[in-house]
Order: sequence, then structure tokens, then C-alpha cells
Amino acid sequence: MEQAKDNNKDKNPKKRTDNKFVRKLTEEKYKYGFTTDVHTEVIPVGLNEEVVRLISAKKGEPEWLLDFRLKAYNYWLGLKMPNWAHLQIPEIDYQAISYYADPTKKKEGPKSLDEIDPEVMKTFDKLGIPLEERLALSGGMAVDAVMDSVSVKTTFKEKLLEKGIIFCSISEAVREYPDLVKQYLGSVVSYRDNYFAALNSAVFSDGSFVYIPKGVRCPMELSTYFRINAANTGQFERTLIVADDDSYVSYLEGCTAPMRDENQLHAAIVEIVVMERAEVKYSTVQNWYPGDAEGRGGVYNFVTKRGHCRGAGSKLSWTQVETGSAITWKYPSCILSGDNSQGEFYSVAVTNNYQQADTGTKMIHLGRNTKSTIISKGISAGKSQNSYRGLVKVGERADGARNYSQCDSLLLGSHCGAHTFPYMDIKNETAVVEHEATTSKISEDQLFYCNQRGIKTEDAIGLIVNGYAKEVINKLPMEFAVEAQKLLSVSLEGSVG
Amino acid sequence: MLKVSNLHASINGKEILKGIDLEVRPGEVHAIMGPNGSGKSTLSNVLVGHPSYEVTQGAVEFNGKNLLELSPEDRSHEGLFLSFQYPVEIPGVSMVNFMRAAINEQRKYRGLAPLAANEFLKLMREKRALVELDSKLANRSVNEGFSGGEKKKNEIFQMAMLEPRLSILDETDSGLDIDALRIVAEGVNKLKTPETSTIVITHYQRLLDYIKPDVVHVLYKGRIVKTAGPELALEIENRGFDWIKKEVE
Repeated sequence: MEQAKDNNKDKNPKKRTDNKFVRKLTEEKYKYGFTTDVHTEVIPVGLNEEVVRLISAKKGEPEWLLDFRLKAYNYWLGLKMPNWAHLQIPEIDYQAISYYADPTKKKEGPKSLDEIDPEVMKTFDKLGIPLEERLALSGGMAVDAVMDSVSVKTTFKEKLLEKGIIFCSISEAVREYPDLVKQYLGSVVSYRDNYFAALNSAVFSDGSFVYIPKGVRCPMELSTYFRINAANTGQFERTLIVADDDSYVSYLEGCTAPMRDENQLHAAIVEIVVMERAEVKYSTVQNWYPGDAEGRGGVYNFVTKRGHCRGAGSKLSWTQVETGSAITWKYPSCILSGDNSQGEFYSVAVTNNYQQADTGTKMIHLGRNTKSTIISKGISAGKSQNSYRGLVKVGERADGARNYSQCDSLLLGSHCGAHTFPYMDIKNETAVVEHEATTSKISEDQLFYCNQRGIKTEDAIGLIVNGYAKEVINKLPMEFAVEAQKLLSVSLEGSVG
Repeated sequence: MLKVSNLHASINGKEILKGIDLEVRPGEVHAIMGPNGSGKSTLSNVLVGHPSYEVTQGAVEFNGKNLLELSPEDRSHEGLFLSFQYPVEIPGVSMVNFMRAAINEQRKYRGLAPLAANEFLKLMREKRALVELDSKLANRSVNEGFSGGEKKKNEIFQMAMLEPRLSILDETDSGLDIDALRIVAEGVNKLKTPETSTIVITHYQRLLDYIKPDVVHVLYKGRIVKTAGPELALEIENRGFDWIKKEVE
């Protein structure tokens, strides 16, 4: 664990003007902070059994799903918010949040898919998310676009279905493929898993459903783009991915939210099931609104992501670039129960200003010769706190299990904190587990060296940070990697005065 | 090329430079010598705009521009180069990416398009040969794991890449064995043109055996107390600085 100390104050008057410039930059950096003026049907704030029933009714859900929600809700009532993370979470008033906001509802009459409010379309256009199939690049990317509680459009659905691939919103999947959903929903993350998982299971709205049939290699990247728009609402999305034997899919997730002074709650669940010899790559570029330079506003991002490598020789790879959110609480994990299955976790987590992140992974080795790799790169700036928390567990049966973990922290400035909390629970003596950790700091000398060679401070930070994170960035699909690189530089603009 | 007039500068409120006057013309090599703590490194840091130092009085003109008004990166773009006494390591940033950013920023400042990748790599190869820098080093992170000698060679390599008008070599000879010293000095000499100038900051005559100065200055207590031809460096080599200190006090 490493904690940077406060040290000398700047006496240099020139530096003080620099700081003003710095503040301006940090305030301007979030370019997705706009709001969309669209008619949104929002249910009254508050959470009770009636609200759970109302959400289920709005989505026309079958009885078994309502049951699932009610069980989760009643379980949640008996839970307390977890406080073990290295986070200072202000008290959240769950009765002050609206749990359902639908921006696709016209004031009168029934809606059809072709009748999406042009403002909603414009929003995704502005975010650079292609919702017109003809505009997508050849071989491009299929997108499920979710605004607030509702999936507004899913592209390339029909084309993918020709190969037997199901890619749709989870609401649609409940209607069209109830057996598949019933079989897998909650099978990786039970509603009893944790506080936020129980909450999500009770009130989850939209998210994506993916099913890749046996032996099919998904011909394009699948992606879901989450957008919070309405004020005083929470987003509780749920994603379920099932990769049957010998299949492959690469899935991307992106997210942004408007700049608001109030905090917004986002509590999602992602479940992934990986069957024999199948491979799933799940990449996230998380850019929720992080709050302003004084720590006002921002999204609380409390997410449970877990994959189950059920089949022998299956593989699941998580890659995440986390730059947004006021508070992040997130541990994408792999349960490696299939023999020879593999789990990977590549993460870059950036915190600036007053952001807090407690993120990492769990690798649960249950099958024989299972392998896992953890590469975590934390970057802290401003007055932020950035923690890596990871568990490597090897069960009794997991002969020949192997894990390699590398957790690096990079500090910018002297007022931020970087922390590492590695846990190990090894019950098989043939296991080989390695852990490496480093902490480094971008020094003024490094920046001045770059300046002297003609490189501006902002560009120098970009060079250093991207060099530091490249092992993870390289794991992202091409277009995402370029975006992520820019995002890293932008998120840290002005972080060294 | 460079005209320093009555330059005063301080760090953390303590005055280090107390009125420096110095003029360097195109093609000239100036040596600045002086005992420890006389302000030699402060002078080079102030010229390149290190943010820890504050200029309290005086003026510096470089190519007709007010140097003190320029940001450190623009001073570099204008053709000012410092070979650091202690080159810093930048883990994760490859020499190739670092140099490409530096070259293209300079070109942008001068209104030129960025160099194409193949042209850039060709330039890297040419300049590397000049200082006998191992090709492996170019693929490593900036200065990371370099030996003392390799770091100094790497400074001169960067100087070759950026083709500055005025180079300041801050104790480039410190920590070098005699072979490395020769290679580094030969590199500097090869880069010399009638239009470019050099300021060599050193304690010792031995670097000046290779890089012949036109003018030698002695800096003491923040002032230039003596200026003469190359024979002054030899005299200091034989007699030390004490006789100059006595002259001043």
C-alpha cells in the first residue's frame, strides 16, 4: 500500500496561474455531459413492492420473472450496504430515486420501433454510436443502445439471426426466448450475491442478451451503449451472454451520462456463461460522468460482473478502461470450473479530482489446469483514491492451477492515493501463484525533460500514461483502443500543475 | 544568437544568479567553469525555463526573441537544447515514440507536416550511428536501465535528432569513462556548423581537449568573474579556482 503525502506548497506565482488553467481544463474535459430534451415517462420516486410489480408489468413479464424480482426485493430489504471497500460512500436515499424512465414513450398512442424520437436518435449520433445500419462500416459493429431504462434500438439483429446468433435487449429476450433466459438468468450472479446484485435483480430494466450457438464465431463485434439521461433516476441494467460450445464472441460496452450536480446511481449485473472450448472477450470503456473538479455530482457505479467458464477449455477475458464515475465498485470475475479453462483480467483505472475507485477481480480456480492472468494498472491524480482489490482462489480439486498477477500504480501529483489489496486463498499445493506490484510517480523532472524536447506537458502525460497502460490498451479492439488512448489523456488533462 | 543581460534568478526565494552577462554568437563554443555551487546548473536551467527557478531581473534574447517569455517547449522549438546532467528515466515510453513526438512538435511549430514513419525511422538510424548508440536502446523506454555513459550518448543522440541552434551541455563529461567521453565529444563536434553554437558547462579541462572552446568563463557566486580564451581552462586545470576566488574577494 502506498499513500502519497502532502508536501511543499507552491510558492511560485507563475504556477498558481497554471493551476487556474488546469482547473479550466478539468472542468471542460467531459464532452458527453449534455442532456437530451425528450419526453420521458418516469415513474414516481421510491422503492417498494408495488414499484417492483409496476416495472414488471410495464415490461409485460411472465409470472416467474416477477417472482424472481420479488424474491430479490425481499432479500434486499434484509441487507445492509457493504462498507468493506476503500471508499467513502455518502448515504444513498433509495426512496429518492426513480427506478424506471422510458424515453421512447410518446405522449399518446402505441409506439413502434420505427418511431423512435428523433432526439433520441440524435443523442446517440452525437455520442458517435451508429444506429443506422447502412452507416456502419463494413463488417462493423452491432449496437444495442440503451437510454435510461429502455433499449431504444438494436442494429444488425436480423443479420446475426441468420447465423443463429441472438442479440437483443433483455426485455425482448424475455418475450421471445423465455426458456433461454429462464435457464441462465441469475445462474452466475444470484440475487443473493450481494446488496447491489439483489437491488438490480429486483428492479433491473434493460440491458442486452446474447446467445452464440454451438460452433459459431460471431462475425462482428457486439456492443451495448448505455446512456443515462433523465434526472433523479437510477440505471439498473442487466446483461446476459451465453456462448455455447466452440463459439466465439467479442463484446464491447460503453457508457456516458450528462453532467448533473446530483449523484446518479448505476447498479448493473453482467452474467456470462462460457461452455466447452468457447471464448468470450468482454471489453468496457467506462466513461460515466465523474463529477466536477470540486467533487460535485457524478455517477455511483456499483456493478457486479461475473463469468462462469463452465466448459472444459473455455476462455473468458475481461478488459476494462475505467475513467469515469464518482465512485466505482466493480470486480469483474471468472469462475474457472471447466478443466483447462482460462480467465483474464486487464484493467486500467484512472481517477482524477475527487473520484474514488475500488476495482479488481476474482479468479476462482475450481477445475484442473486452470489458468488466470491479472494485469491491473491504476492511475491516480488530483485528490482521488484508487484501489486494486483482487482475490485468487484455488480449490482443492484444481490441480495444476496457475495465476499471474501484476498490479501497478501510477501517481500524478502528491494529493492522491493508490492502494493494493490482494487476497489469496489456496487449497491445492500444486498451484503456482505469482504476484507482482509496483508503484511509480510521474515526476516534474520527467515532465520537464519532455518539455525541453519540445513536448507540451499535456502531451507528455499522454505519452507516459499511454506507455504505462499499453499492455491493457493493446487488448482492446482497434477502434476502441484509439478511443481509450484519447480518453486516458483527456481524463488526466491538467492533473499535474 | 544568445544575449544574456544582468540576469538574476532565484530558487525558493534564494538568489543564485546575481547579474549574469553573456553573449554567444553563431558558430562559437563557450565553456563555463566554476567551483561547485557557483550557479552553473542554475544558469542552464533558467535558460531552458525550468519552472523551479524564478527570474527576478534581467533579460535574455535568443534569435531576436525574448526568451524569458517563451514556454520551455517553445524555447526548444526555437532551437535551444539542454543535454541534462542527470537525464531522467521515463518508463513505458519508448525512445521511438518519445523522439517522434519531439520531432513532430518541432515541425508543427515550424509549419511543417509530420514526418512519415519510414522517413522518421531512417533519420533515427542515421543519427544513432553518429553517437554509436546501440539500436537496442532505441526500442527501450527513455533512459530506462541505461548506463551512465548510455544516458549521455542518448542526450547527444537527441541533440542530433533535433538539430538545435544552441546546445547547452551540462556536465556531459561527468560519469563518463574516457572512451565514452571521446564518442560523446566527437558526436558534438560532428554536429557543429558555422551557424550553431555550444555552451559547455564543466569542472574539468578533459572535455575541452575534445570540444575546443573559443571563450572560457568562470562563474563564481552567481556572477561571471573572469572571461578569457582557451588558455584559461588550462590554467584552472593546473591551479584550481582558489586564485580566481582571491582575485574576486
